[in-house]
Amino acid sequence: MREFKKRGLNLLEEKGKLIRGNGKEKENLLEVKDLKTYFPVFGGVFRKVIGYVKAVDGVSFSIDKGEVFGLVGETGCGKSTIGKTLVRILNPTFGDIFYYDKVELKSGKEQSVKIDISKLNRKELMPYRSKIQMIFQDPYSSLNPRFTVGDIIEEPLTVHRGKHKENKEIVKDLLKKVGMSEEHIYRYPHEFSGGQRQRIGIARALSTNPELIIADEPVSALDVSIQAQVINLMQDLQDEFRVTYIFISHDLSVVRHIAHRIAVMYLGFIMEMGPADKIHNNPLNPYTKVLLSAVPRGNPRKKAKKPPLRGEVPSSLHKPSGCPFHPRCPIAKDICKKEDPVFEEKERGVFVKCHFPGVF
Amino acid sequence: MGKKQRKELLKVENLKTHFVIEEQKAKAVDGLDFYVFEGEFFGIVGESGSGKSVTALSILRLIPDPPGKISSGKIFFGDKDLLGLSWEDMRKIRGNEISMIFQEPMTSLNPVFTVGVQIMEPLIIHRDMDKREARAEAIKMLKKVGIPSPELRVDDYPHQFSGGMRQRAMIAMALCCNPSLLIADEPTTALDVTVQAQILELMTEIKNKRKESAIILITHDLAVIAETCDRVMVMYCGKIQEVASTVDLFENPLHPYTKGLMASIPSLAKKKKRLTTIPGNVPGILHFPPGCPFHTRCKYKMPVCEKVVPELLKVEKDHLVRCHLYNGEGKNR
Amino acid sequence: MNKRIKSFFSPLLIKRIKKFRSFKRGYYSLLIIGIAYLLSFFAEFIINDKALLVKFDGKKFVTLYSDVSLKKFIFAKAIETKENYFKYKNIPATDTLNLSDEKFITLKAEYERYDRIKKDFDNHRVLRKIFEEQKRGDWVILVPYSYGPNENLLDELGDRNPPTGPDRKNFLGTDDRGRDVLARLVYGFRIYMTFSLLLTLTSYIIGIFFGAILGYYGGKVDFLGLRFIEIWASIPFLFTVMVISSIMIPNFTILIVILSLFYWISMARYIRAEFLREKSNDYVQAAVAVGVSDRKIILSHILPNSLTPAISFLPFTIISGIAVLASLDFLGFGLPEPTPSWGQLLSQGISNLSSWWLTFSPMAAMFLTLMLIAFIGEAVREALDPKIYSRMK
Repeated sequence: MREFKKRGLNLLEEKGKLIRGNGKEKENLLEVKDLKTYFPVFGGVFRKVIGYVKAVDGVSFSIDKGEVFGLVGETGCGKSTIGKTLVRILNPTFGDIFYYDKVELKSGKEQSVKIDISKLNRKELMPYRSKIQMIFQDPYSSLNPRFTVGDIIEEPLTVHRGKHKENKEIVKDLLKKVGMSEEHIYRYPHEFSGGQRQRIGIARALSTNPELIIADEPVSALDVSIQAQVINLMQDLQDEFRVTYIFISHDLSVVRHIAHRIAVMYLGFIMEMGPADKIHNNPLNPYTKVLLSAVPRGNPRKKAKKPPLRGEVPSSLHKPSGCPFHPRCPIAKDICKKEDPVFEEKERGVFVKCHFPGVF
Repeated sequence: MGKKQRKELLKVENLKTHFVIEEQKAKAVDGLDFYVFEGEFFGIVGESGSGKSVTALSILRLIPDPPGKISSGKIFFGDKDLLGLSWEDMRKIRGNEISMIFQEPMTSLNPVFTVGVQIMEPLIIHRDMDKREARAEAIKMLKKVGIPSPELRVDDYPHQFSGGMRQRAMIAMALCCNPSLLIADEPTTALDVTVQAQILELMTEIKNKRKESAIILITHDLAVIAETCDRVMVMYCGKIQEVASTVDLFENPLHPYTKGLMASIPSLAKKKKRLTTIPGNVPGILHFPPGCPFHTRCKYKMPVCEKVVPELLKVEKDHLVRCHLYNGEGKNR
Repeated sequence: MNKRIKSFFSPLLIKRIKKFRSFKRGYYSLLIIGIAYLLSFFAEFIINDKALLVKFDGKKFVTLYSDVSLKKFIFAKAIETKENYFKYKNIPATDTLNLSDEKFITLKAEYERYDRIKKDFDNHRVLRKIFEEQKRGDWVILVPYSYGPNENLLDELGDRNPPTGPDRKNFLGTDDRGRDVLARLVYGFRIYMTFSLLLTLTSYIIGIFFGAILGYYGGKVDFLGLRFIEIWASIPFLFTVMVISSIMIPNFTILIVILSLFYWISMARYIRAEFLREKSNDYVQAAVAVGVSDRKIILSHILPNSLTPAISFLPFTIISGIAVLASLDFLGFGLPEPTPSWGQLLSQGISNLSSWWLTFSPMAAMFLTLMLIAFIGEAVREALDPKIYSRMK
């Protein structure tokens, strides 16, 4: 651990910049600035780049310590890509990801620093790989079928702390924490149900004692009666381990339940971001409103309204000009076709990307 | 509307479908009794392994054999017993009188044929139409399910359609022979909420237009049921647990499983601090518990539940439940 | 390493092995081929021109693999008796050589005995006859079928010209150089199987290595690697081998090296595809996100999960290894003479069409071997098929 801190200090001199710990109650953990992740599209005989799928196209947000930040959107909106970029499974094309860290100065004092983890190389990134972990959507493909449960949970530990005898104890402890039993350590993933597998995935994410966990649709592949268990488990663990979640989901009800703040994404942009209650009660962006109205209420006497939408989400290879939502927007005007609206704070804490916020 | 006068379109009696998996017998569907009225939107809801999809495949006799087998039961469609029909007669019914929509619109359309050709196929087979008539009918159907400029899109290949459009095309295909029963197996699970809302509305519209036919919607999502269905059947471990009209089921769920399911779904309308859960796991298909299959997870468990399978009791008019709580002495919970 | 082995022998594999065993035809084929190959390493005990055990002058010699000690002993004895005999004969001590001198007679007899043995000691069948004639308590224990693969039987064939047909001595006759066909078939089996297994092993190692690199890194590495493979694959390998063989006389090792240079290509393609598919799985991404090194991800995460095609193609690769060696031998570009070889026997059969046993025996041997391996392959493929029943009514 000491070594990591030393390395962090070196980084600080090279790539980070000193910031002063502020007296605010909320402490920042992560700040994303104008993040873009593009996938090149190849074509022709020599496989030249003929275009880009702009999966994430300039996204900015920041996360406080201990909060649950929900990312919602439909298929292809780029929410999973953001998650994978933050853990650097994918490399960002442009933009910064600042991580707020503490390093020990030579004098022995702790100092808060802000490090741009998008610019770090593999070696420099290692300490942050243990601080930021991920939970995956598919509990079947996210666990190596040939590893025992113990090996799966232990792997992050061996990578970051080396082989130790105590690792086994930590693994057993984690298994208990996620509601499984010690003897499951020698079993294989296929012997478990989807919900149990997802618990194993959560235990793996917790093994290095991370500060931030990115949960990419952690419950959407689970049975309805199991979803609630896993959501509750995640909430309990948050209190116990003092972790911060980025909760990615397509299910508005789930995100609304667990998240403190929500960002609604569409075609690689955040359309609206703000406290969960505000987003739900008083959405300013027409897309948010439409999305909310389409969610089935689970009440046969009060049915959801058919969204006044034309067509479907366009491909992110050919994005519309101007506001990305204008071809489907019920209140689109001429300006929406020409000018891309700016993502800015319209009310306190509520950021919206729309020319006519709150009109619809 | 007197319920007595309504005609039963489909009546399933004691249906049992078993699979042999790793030399063990899995009772995927174990003694189903239900009926679907004409003009009804009937929902089957259940989690993985509940047997809801197997029920649909059994009705169409599409169970892969081996490993599966419909071991007993009767399925009356009108006055015909589907299980007694010859293979040839069954083929005539499939896609013509009963048709099915699958979950994955990408894999259930053949990528090498145009959408039009695939809609025309059943028309030519079942309706003896010639190509030109079939094509005109296909365009009409595509228009009906809300595909813009169907005259042009009819010649498109499936990959040129988006997910929602593909599902619409599937519905057009299923409807083109004007079947009296449409079975939709998780038709919106792979789709986004906004598209899901559109498809569900389309299905409701279709149902309202065609009075003498029925739709069976199979889903894991209670909210989808609430949006569309008139009557619901809740399945768990291959057995019916509760049958009721949708309003009844949502306002007065009787079975502990149904209650648990409803409580465990996070709702947009009401924000709860914590979700109530059903403890334990969904039993695997080879490990269905004896007695009441839900007893391992039920908080009202009584000693009798471990041994005796409860009967499907009629508690109220049109409200059936399979639970020992409603069996005589335990009636007031 | 331990973990890697463990991860390879996961319950999944055990389940598949069980499934494989349930396909009786393939399973028994594997048993037959396996036992036959194992036995072929002890072929010397069954089919061999060398004796198992020789007792000579009260000493016992194990001659199965090497009769050098027997040879040394015989030669030493022969020289000794010769010297003794000539020394006594030429001693002018007594003026007249008494031909009836007892000592002289014994020495002469000794000398003649060893001289006779020396002449034919390496043919143990003759040796046995000599011993029997001499009745000195010496004996030879021969193996059940005492003809060697490279042994020339011209002397024993008498006035018959090779190739001679099957008879009670040579069950499958002799080839055009008077060598026993059955012996050559059996030793050929050992060589062909070993060759093919080694060729498979080397080409798998190369193929899996390249395939893994291409599939895992993808992008430019993959693009360039694939173009290289395409160019490499367009070299007609049979002609290349023939050209090389005509320049230098190939031996076992050289042939394996040359052939594996061409044989890895298809395996590399399969493994590459498998890696591309497997690396998109979330468990690989999870490993990346945790910071596991590339080497470890490739070796312990992806590789054990992508060996399915490698294993299911294994029997067929072995088949093609046997076939290619046979065809090279047939054309005369394969293993050098006098290595026992099926292909070479076949080519003899073509030039001696009336000697049917020369064509029939290698054909039958090859047909049986390849068929059994094909059965194994079929069962392996079925066992690896995730679906229990692949047909729907």
